[in-house]
Amino acid sequence: MLPDFTNPADWLPWAFASLMGLSILIYVILDGFDLGVGILFPLAEPEERDRMIGSIGPFWDANETWLVLAVGLLLVAFPVAHGMILSTLYLPVFIMLVGLILRGVAFEFRAKARDQHKRLWNRLFFVGSLGTALAQGWMLGMYVMGLETTLATYAFAALTAVFLAVGYSFIGSTWLIHKTEGALQLKAVQWGKESLWGVVLGIGAVSLATPFVSARIFEKWFTFPEVLYLAPLPVLAGALVVALWVMLRRMPYAEDRRSWLPFAVASTLFALAYLGMAYSFYPYVVPERLTIYEAAAAPESLLIILIGACFVVPVILGYSVLAYVIFRGKATALRYD
Amino acid sequence: MEALDTLLLSRIQFAANISFHILFPTITIALGWVLFFFRIRFAQTQDDKWMAAYRFWVKVFALSFAMGVVSGITMSFQFGTNWPGFMETVGNIAGPLLAYEVLTAFFLEAVFIGIMLFGFSRVPGWLHMLATGLVAFGTTMSAFWIIVLNSWMHTPQGFEMVDGVAFATSWWEIVFNPSMPYRFAHMMLASFLTVAFLVAGVSAFRWLIGDRAREVPAMLKTGVALGALLIPLQIYLGDLHGLNTKEYQPAKVAAMEGLWETDTNVPLLLFALPDEETRLNDLEIGIPGLASLILTHEWDGELTGLNEFVTEDGEVLHPPVAPVFWSFRTMVGTGVAMLLLSWASLWFMWRRRDRHQGRDPGQWFAVEGLPKPILWALVPMAFSGWVATLAGWYTTEIGRQPWLVQGVMTTEMAVADVPAPMVMGTLVTYLAIYAALLLAYISVVIYLARKAAKGDDAPADDMTHSGKAEVEAISPAE
Ligand code: HDD
Ligand code: HEM
Ligand code: HEM
Repeated sequence: MLPDFTNPADWLPWAFASLMGLSILIYVILDGFDLGVGILFPLAEPEERDRMIGSIGPFWDANETWLVLAVGLLLVAFPVAHGMILSTLYLPVFIMLVGLILRGVAFEFRAKARDQHKRLWNRLFFVGSLGTALAQGWMLGMYVMGLETTLATYAFAALTAVFLAVGYSFIGSTWLIHKTEGALQLKAVQWGKESLWGVVLGIGAVSLATPFVSARIFEKWFTFPEVLYLAPLPVLAGALVVALWVMLRRMPYAEDRRSWLPFAVASTLFALAYLGMAYSFYPYVVPERLTIYEAAAAPESLLIILIGACFVVPVILGYSVLAYVIFRGKATALRYD
Repeated sequence: MEALDTLLLSRIQFAANISFHILFPTITIALGWVLFFFRIRFAQTQDDKWMAAYRFWVKVFALSFAMGVVSGITMSFQFGTNWPGFMETVGNIAGPLLAYEVLTAFFLEAVFIGIMLFGFSRVPGWLHMLATGLVAFGTTMSAFWIIVLNSWMHTPQGFEMVDGVAFATSWWEIVFNPSMPYRFAHMMLASFLTVAFLVAGVSAFRWLIGDRAREVPAMLKTGVALGALLIPLQIYLGDLHGLNTKEYQPAKVAAMEGLWETDTNVPLLLFALPDEETRLNDLEIGIPGLASLILTHEWDGELTGLNEFVTEDGEVLHPPVAPVFWSFRTMVGTGVAMLLLSWASLWFMWRRRDRHQGRDPGQWFAVEGLPKPILWALVPMAFSGWVATLAGWYTTEIGRQPWLVQGVMTTEMAVADVPAPMVMGTLVTYLAIYAALLLAYISVVIYLARKAAKGDDAPADDMTHSGKAEVEAISPAE
């Protein structure tokens, strides 16, 4: 899996694929919880909704920027793949964009528009979050199935769309468990229990489908000795799911201890599943059609970005963490200060 | 024909998306700095009127910012969904520029706007100030990088073509391409002018509906003074920008002037109906020699006409004339209106100045001096910056056609192979959403103004982040 570090044409595409993979992963976890909170929105009482918004208010914009970085890196580092993937996924991308537009503006408008209009913006906030999640799940399914346009692919994509939306609500509920208290927190625990299946089925479906779509991927997982090194991955994932279930049944703990734990475990689970997928698809960027090496832009251009990225990404991570530290603690509806 | 339909629809869709996007950065780029100014004036004078001004405009800022972000995300996907050929050909150059925009600007804004809007009582005062400054700086940086890319598309240099793909040879030449300094400066001034007239117009509206809160005159004077100061600069820069364009994209300038035949002593056309069929203008009204004077600084200077850009076998290598001609006149006309109105307002306010208190610059002008018609003229001018900015971009971008990257690739080469009905469907949906959002945006700005005028500007209980935090941000307990 490791490239030849003496040859820029070899390691640069690898470095960019890793960087892009990392920012997609960060996006899925961070905007995953924002979108999840949006999907859970209609289930809450009106007075709880302001607190739910409050729990993601200072973060959603920066979280969404990871998507801009990911698509930017795809565009920059693998221009040919970028065109191929995005023009094949023209409609789901469009639906996702409309969803992101509605979600983002509803956020601001609901706070400023006259009271009669607030309900409309609330509804659009939910519709936007759900639409975005479904569209992303659909794209995930299409990608896993190799971007084929057959009926079976569409059926699978429809399933992953639902699983991802439920999965996002799951990570959203774990975020709410951490950021809220009282009745809303109890509800969040309940939502968490009710949506865990989405995560399990989603990971299960993708893990089962990938090896059967491609003999190459099957090889990668099920030959000796790889199968031994890889065995811990599903075992660990299973253990995390059990841990989540056990935790959620007892939550909230006395004095709200470890309220951050479900979110942390859920993020780890997402990361594991994602790593598994990355292992399957590497070195392809368009499944079974185009490798990262065939799709890569000129090494000189990549190098100039990488140098900048080495300086800037740590700084970005630094001030992003700073923001989470500044806004730590329980979210409140009225005191956004 | 199929391909052409997709091409045309994709162009309309791109133009619609970018036109919608640019409206909001145009506001946030300068409004960030104006908020910074209000904040500093408050710190200097401890006068609550500056705080009230900040509190009012920060809401407009937050709203515009969100609109800019979501429409910007649409933009970044457009390249892949509709223009794959663009990145495949010039990706080695456009890519790093876009990447630097994300890395140095977008994250900066997106993270610090959280702290700017909600962080006041959680962070020390200096950090809150810094966050406000960094957001303003971030918007300026994103404008810089994207303008570098756009200018490079107009005046490309510092690259070589190998097998139909562009490779960078000098990043210095790419970034500092010949039209970049003009375009960036012109865009920054456009943004400040847009905000100046927005602030002046909304404040004039509040004054007219009887709002006598003390921040209203302060904001009105700030807006008018900023506009009056910058518009002459903008006109001067526009002239320089035109001279630069004349050197690098003569066909565009010929279209802007509506000049078909190369000629000396060219008139400045005030009105004309350019006709591509006959290759002549109908109903010309012009000032003799003035175009030559402006563009060559000599009354009988020679200007190149559009007919020079038609090849022997009749292929047309110049842009469509009428849209460029009229967009240009719309922009310049708006600029002249801005000039007259801001200086007239300044003069009326100066006549009624308070002669006894000379120290504070605010006292050199008095809003009471403004006659009603002037105030009423300022109100519709609130969005005049948008009109001029869009018209300016249409001049620039349509004037570049048929090229996408001047002399390197045509727009037709970049378009995706997506079925036309699909593009039609997405285009119509975008247009509907944009129309609705624009309506919502403008009515919320008016609603906020009316609400402030009624004196219940204080955040309601159900206000989310753009309410209470901001109040406390500017009126700390101490
Ligand atoms: C408030 C906005 C505003 C105002 C009042 C003006 N402009 Fe402008 N103009 C722009 C906003 C703008 C812009 C939106 O920022 C453009 C589009 C692209 C660019 O670089 O700036 C532009 C482009 C643009 C171009 C095209 C450059 C090219 O070829 O790419 C020229 C020649 C001028 N301007 C000249 C003028 C003149 C002579 C003005 C005198 C009144 C003027 N502008 C007022
Ligand atoms: C700075 C970043 C910009 C980039 C990289 C850019 C890029 C492009 C591209 C790729 C096209 C080709 C598609 C087409 O022909 O329609 C285009 C055309 C166009 N752009 Fe831009 N653009 C930028 C800024 C703007 C802005 C701010 C506006 C307007 C507010 C604008 C208005 C247009 C219009 C009207 C066209 C259509 C021209 C025509 O088809 O006749 N552009 N631009
Ligand atoms: C093809 C052209 C363009 C693309 C792909 C693009 C992309 C984007 C994206 C993705 C964002 C959101 C960033 C975030 O997540 O915070 C954004 C915001 C922004 N863009 Fe653009 N943009 C384009 C054209 C322009 C132009 C022409 C300007 C101005 C001259 C501009 C100035 C800004 C600014 C200042 C922001 C900050 C957010 C805001 O104030 O709304 N962009 N853009």
